[in-house]
Amino acid sequence: MAVDIPFSIDSELAVQTAGLTRRFDALVAVDSVDLAIERRSIFGLLGPNGAGKSTTIKILTTLLAPSEGAARVAGFDVEREATQVRRCIGYVPQLLSADGSLTGYENLMLSAKLYAIPRAERADRINDSLAFMGLLNSARALVKTYSGGMVRRLELAQAMLHRPAVLFLDEPTIGLDPVARHAVWERLLESRSRFDMTVLITTHDMEEAGELCDRLAIMQAGRVAAEGSPEELKHQVGPNATLDEVFAHFGVGTVEGGGRYRDVRNARRTASRLG
Amino acid sequence: MTSATHVARPAASADRGAPGARETVGAFLRDAVAIAEVELRKVARDPTEILTRAVQPTLWLLVFGQVFTRTRAIPTGSMSYLAFMAPGVLAQSVLFSAIFYGIAVIWERDLGIVQKLLVSPSPRASLVLGKAVSAGMRALTQGVIIMMLAWILGVPLRLDPLSIAGLIVAVLLGAALFSTFSFVIACLVKTRERFMGIGQVLTMPLFFASNAIYPLTMMPRWLQVIARVNPLTYLVNALRALMVQGGSSPAGLPTDFAVLAVVFVALVALGARLYPGIIR
Repeated sequence: MAVDIPFSIDSELAVQTAGLTRRFDALVAVDSVDLAIERRSIFGLLGPNGAGKSTTIKILTTLLAPSEGAARVAGFDVEREATQVRRCIGYVPQLLSADGSLTGYENLMLSAKLYAIPRAERADRINDSLAFMGLLNSARALVKTYSGGMVRRLELAQAMLHRPAVLFLDEPTIGLDPVARHAVWERLLESRSRFDMTVLITTHDMEEAGELCDRLAIMQAGRVAAEGSPEELKHQVGPNATLDEVFAHFGVGTVEGGGRYRDVRNARRTASRLG
Repeated sequence: MTSATHVARPAASADRGAPGARETVGAFLRDAVAIAEVELRKVARDPTEILTRAVQPTLWLLVFGQVFTRTRAIPTGSMSYLAFMAPGVLAQSVLFSAIFYGIAVIWERDLGIVQKLLVSPSPRASLVLGKAVSAGMRALTQGVIIMMLAWILGVPLRLDPLSIAGLIVAVLLGAALFSTFSFVIACLVKTRERFMGIGQVLTMPLFFASNAIYPLTMMPRWLQVIARVNPLTYLVNALRALMVQGGSSPAGLPTDFAVLAVVFVALVALGARLYPGIIR
C-alpha cells in the first residue's frame, strides 16, 4: 500500500510525484520516481520500451494504483481523490481509441455527457472543437472512415472538451505521416496556450520531443535517468549532441539489457494473467 | 519537493464541496443513459445482429416445440407443451445472447475505449449499468419476435397492458442480469479465447438446470436444488406467468422480480469493482 509521503504542495506544479513505485510481482516497473511538472509546460517522458513510461501514465491517470509513494495531479491525490483527478485530466491512449462505429460528433457527445458539460453548452462546445481540429466537415461521418491523423485530432478534441488542467498523451503521433504529425503538434501547442493546459506526453520520437517539449525526463528500467530541458540534456552529453544521442546516452541498458526487456514483458503478461 | 514542512491545499479543492445525494444519483443515471444510448445507436446502424439472433429461438419453437407438444411426455398440466416452453425459449434467447455480451469489453479494452471511459469521472457502476441497459433493450427486440412467433403457432398469449408491461420489465431485467454476469466473467478471464470457452461451458448448465423446457417436478432432487438457485428459473417463472394464459409462477411474481433485481444489483457492484482490472 502507498505510504503517505509528505509533499510540499506547490500550486505551480501540475504533476508531483514522490517515491512513486509500481511493482508487478518481482518486477519493479516504476522505481522511486520523483517528478515535478510545472503548469502550462509540455513535459516529455522518453525512454526505451518497458522503461516504465506507460505505467507512470497509468498511475497518474488513476488507472493503476501505485505500490509505494504518492502522486498528485492538478493538486489532487491520485489514490484518495481519484474522482477529482479524473475531472481535471484528459487522456489520449496510444491506441486509436475513438469509437469507429460512431460518428465524430457522437464520440464527442458521449464525452460531453460523461464529463458533465451542461446540456446547453454541449453542441457549441463540440462544434467549436471540431472546427478547431479541422473536422467540422467530417463530423457526421463514422470514425472508421477517418484517416489516422483525423482520428488523432478527434481524440485530442475529445480529451480537451472539458478543458482539462492536465492532458496526458501516450505516443500521440505514432504511425502518422509527417504532415499529420505536424498538424497534431500545431493544434497541441495552440490549445496549450488557449486553455492554459499542462501536457505530459510519452514519445520515442526525438523530433517530437525537441519540437514540443519544454522539459524532458528519460526513463530507464523504471527510474528517471536524466531530466532537463532539451538544451540542458544535449549540453550534458556533448557540445554538439543531438537528442538522439541524448536518448542513446541515457537510455542505455537496452542493448545489454535485451534479456531484461523480455523479462519485463513476460512479467507483465504474468501480472495481467494473475490480475 | 521531497522533504516538506507545510501541507497546503490548492485552491481548486477548497470550494469543491461534496455533491448532494440527489445530484449524485442524477449524474449516475445520466452517465448510464449516455452509455446505453451509444450502444443502441450502434445496433440501429447494424440491425443484422438482431435478425440472426432470432434464428435459434425460432428453430426451438418450430421444431423442438412442435415435436414435443405431440409426444405429451412432459407433464405441463392444462397447458400445451408449446405454451409451456414458449416463455422458456424467450428466457433462453435472452440468456444465450446476453452471455456473450461481455466479449465487447475485451474488444473495447484492446481498442483503448475502456481506458478512456475509466479515466472519465463517471462512476464505474454507472458505466456497467449503461452496458446492461443496452443489453436489455436489445433483448426486447427478440422478445417481440418470439411473441409473434408464439402467436402464429397458436400459443394463448396474455395481451393485457399490465402483463405486457411486466413482460417488458422481466426481459429487460433478465438480459441486464446475464449480460452483467458475462461482463464480470470477461473482467476475470481478460482474453477472448478464454472467454469464448467459458461462455460455452456456462450456457448449457444454466439452461438445462432451469425450468425453461421442463418443469422442476420432473427433475432429480439434486438438479432441483441447483435450479432453485439459478436466476434463469426465476426469469422463466416470471415470463411464464406474464406471457401465457393459465401460466403462473410457483414462487409468485414479487419473489421472482426480487431475486432478479437483487442478483442484478450485486453483479453490477461486482462488475464495477472488477472493471478497472481488465486493463492491467
